Amino acid sequence: MSVRNRTNESSRNRRRSVGVLAIAAVAAVAAVALAACSSPTAEEPGATSASSTAASGLEGSITVFAAASLKSTFTELAAEFETANPDATIALNFAGSSDLVTQITEGAPVDVFASADEKNMAELTDGGLVDADAPVDFATNVLQIAVPPTNPAGIATFADLAKPEVKTVVCAPQVPCGSAAVTVEQATGVTLAPVSEESSVTDVLGKVTSGEADAGLVYVTDVIAAGDAVTGIPFPESSEAVNTYPIAVVKASKSADVAQAFVDYVSGDVGRYVLESAGFGKP
Amino acid sequence: MPGRRSSSYAGIPGWVVIVAVIGAAFVVLPLAAMILRVNWAEFIPLITSESSVAALLLSLRTSVAATALCIVLGIPMAVVLARAEFWGQKVLRSLVLLPLVLPPVVGGIALLYTFGRRGLLGQSFEMLGVTIAFSTTAVVLAQTFVALPFLVLSLEGALRTVGTRYEAVGATLGARPTTVLRRITMPLVLPALISGAVLSFARALGEFGATLTFAGSLQGVTRTLPLEIYLQRETDPDAAVALSLVLVIVAVVVVGLAHQAGEFTGFRRGASS
Amino acid sequence: MTFTFAATLAERGFDVELTIAEGETVALLGPNGAGKSTLLNLIAGLIRPDSGRAVLDDRVLFDVPADAQGARAASNAIRSRWMPPHARGVSLLAQDALLFPHLTVLDNVAFGPRSAGVHRAEADARAHGWLRRVDAAELSARKPGQLSGGQGQRIAVARALASDPGLLLLDEPLAALDVSVAPAIRRMLRDVLADRTAVIVTHDVLDAFTLADRVVVLEAGRIVDIGPTRQVLDRPSTQFAAGLAALNLLLGTASAYGIRTDAGSHVAVPVGQSLPEGARVGVAIRPALVSVSATEPFDPALNILPGVIIDLETRGDLIRVRTDHLAADVTPGVVADLDLSSGARVWLAFRPTDAVAYLL
Repeated sequence: MSVRNRTNESSRNRRRSVGVLAIAAVAAVAAVALAACSSPTAEEPGATSASSTAASGLEGSITVFAAASLKSTFTELAAEFETANPDATIALNFAGSSDLVTQITEGAPVDVFASADEKNMAELTDGGLVDADAPVDFATNVLQIAVPPTNPAGIATFADLAKPEVKTVVCAPQVPCGSAAVTVEQATGVTLAPVSEESSVTDVLGKVTSGEADAGLVYVTDVIAAGDAVTGIPFPESSEAVNTYPIAVVKASKSADVAQAFVDYVSGDVGRYVLESAGFGKP
Repeated sequence: MPGRRSSSYAGIPGWVVIVAVIGAAFVVLPLAAMILRVNWAEFIPLITSESSVAALLLSLRTSVAATALCIVLGIPMAVVLARAEFWGQKVLRSLVLLPLVLPPVVGGIALLYTFGRRGLLGQSFEMLGVTIAFSTTAVVLAQTFVALPFLVLSLEGALRTVGTRYEAVGATLGARPTTVLRRITMPLVLPALISGAVLSFARALGEFGATLTFAGSLQGVTRTLPLEIYLQRETDPDAAVALSLVLVIVAVVVVGLAHQAGEFTGFRRGASS
Repeated sequence: MTFTFAATLAERGFDVELTIAEGETVALLGPNGAGKSTLLNLIAGLIRPDSGRAVLDDRVLFDVPADAQGARAASNAIRSRWMPPHARGVSLLAQDALLFPHLTVLDNVAFGPRSAGVHRAEADARAHGWLRRVDAAELSARKPGQLSGGQGQRIAVARALASDPGLLLLDEPLAALDVSVAPAIRRMLRDVLADRTAVIVTHDVLDAFTLADRVVVLEAGRIVDIGPTRQVLDRPSTQFAAGLAALNLLLGTASAYGIRTDAGSHVAVPVGQSLPEGARVGVAIRPALVSVSATEPFDPALNILPGVIIDLETRGDLIRVRTDHLAADVTPGVVADLDLSSGARVWLAFRPTDAVAYLL
């Protein structure tokens, strides 16, 4: 009798522990997945430096969504900002502007949004996620011709890109650098016959650095960021398509004061200096 | 022991079923969520736009070509791996299957340094007046690169399962090795060849990373359906979702066909014992 | 179609020399692992020998000099000759019919002729002819999956013969068949093998008697007995052959008084049989003619040997009592009366006139 009881007991225990195990396993999977997903999107440079005395009254942590082209400048600016405001921490998330807009629309927790163009910012103001008068233009960017260091096709002008023997790669019109290229084409009357219309600047630069393409049309900041891998050739017609970068505090921000302080910091003197050394122009 | 599956003892523990259901939901839910986002009012115009149709046709065309290339290259590879014995065979098999685990972008970079303008072989091609970069050929090469292991893997497994006994009989009946391959070996592994080819086709259809890195993106030339979806997402999420659904439907049809081919084993009975 | 064969394969301890006359069928007997399949595979070209030479009707199937074994591959290639399986004109018929499952019966049988380059119509005609020979003409449109075991083996025979082989190899062709269909297939094989050069591996002594002109007994990769079927099986020289023929075999040396067995017993031989003293001899006795008793019988007319029972096995209405020396078939009543079981010490007796003694 007692043996039988023990058997039942242990099997029931086993069943219960299996159930617990299953839940634990699912939870573990979810936790692993979350950890894996969150690390590349949220960078926290200098997040541990918040222990020293407060120099300003700013306190809190904010999340900044910024266009991919702002990665190096904003990483630097956020670190500087945190040094100046030890009680403030900034988490950064870089991606294509339209991706970020999608994420914000889907409810991603964000305090500041810096877009690579006015169109994507307009989507947020239209959607009521950002106050209509909040966006501030803080930088501009223009196109430049990127060629391999040897410049095998001997590109000198924008018109050279239209030569039939020149393999030119541009961004697709759907993405900002591509629409800028279309604007320049229309303004100059030079029609390009690109061998490829890439969906990102990275892909255009990749084709140029690998030597597959003779020339690519990208932003001047991209050429500078690419270093020695490519040579930039400025062309006067680039002024026909000046890309303006707006930044704004998102309405739902829980640390609006820190967020606003960061926006001011970026559009202020320090921000301008850092941005200009990366190739960005004045707004 | 074929043909003995009815009323057999299954004995699946309850928790296994629960985890299985969670797993299935994990795969099915995102698809359902995507379908819920489809803008049905605009669906037909979205998927019949010039760029969408061009991308779909290009995808089908290149995937068929890549599958054909996989069959042509994959059958001999599978036969050599399954039948021959040579030094370094295991290493070679691992290398051949590498594209399965390699991130497609890495595959694209590797192809670039092989067939690209300044690549290992690309320079020779260039001298012959053949340019691969930015051409539809490049798309087919990228797709073949990632899809080939699927065909080789399923065919090699089938060849090992079938064994060499029928081939030995064929040889003693006077059939040359080529005749044995054509009239005995290949018909015996036909189901695996079909399902392998269908899997390769599916993989080629979904190929994105290697194409993006190696072939570029130009409507009607190199911009396949996945690339078109990726691009449309920038400006027209509705179009991206609609095209994604088209891709899902094509994939489901293809997987269904593969399953059919797997079931098509009516003449396997004689191969047992 | 005379066939000469000699080959060694060190890895399997295989060393066999064999000659088969034209039209002769040789039965290959031997315990499992004796090298029977190795021999067939060497002839068919499915494995390569370390050394040896085989010639079928003036065509060299292989010629690998013994000293080439250790030599460098390059010189080996120059000196060795090797004919691939498909060019040998040697057909292999296995225990399983191994019909190509994707081809119809007719296409299976026509496979050989078509592989030899015969046109489809002609190949089909030949296939039909062979199907009639094996009484399977009505099966021509079926797929192998729709055939019974016996039918499958008939088709396999037709297919093997349709390729017009100079030498036919049969690897236990009846072993996988139901006992009810085996006799019919055996009869069919007897007809088609009548004037063919063939080697048949079998475990069944009936196959050897029915189908073979000569018997080769293989043990541990070597031929231990060879000769006309009746001689090998009626007067076996190995325990294996004796076992196949269901005979007790005592091996010994002829002495002045009879035979001194290798186990040390003395056995009298039938009157009138003279064996030269000192010669190696065998004595064969049917188990049914051996009696068992619990105590040593006092009968000078009998050959009496001690034994320890190894096991008891029911065979029809008799029980075979196997001991370390002799086996005896006795009635269940005897087993019960003597309370026989494994390990028991018993005395085995037989009349000299019931034994056959012969020179080895």
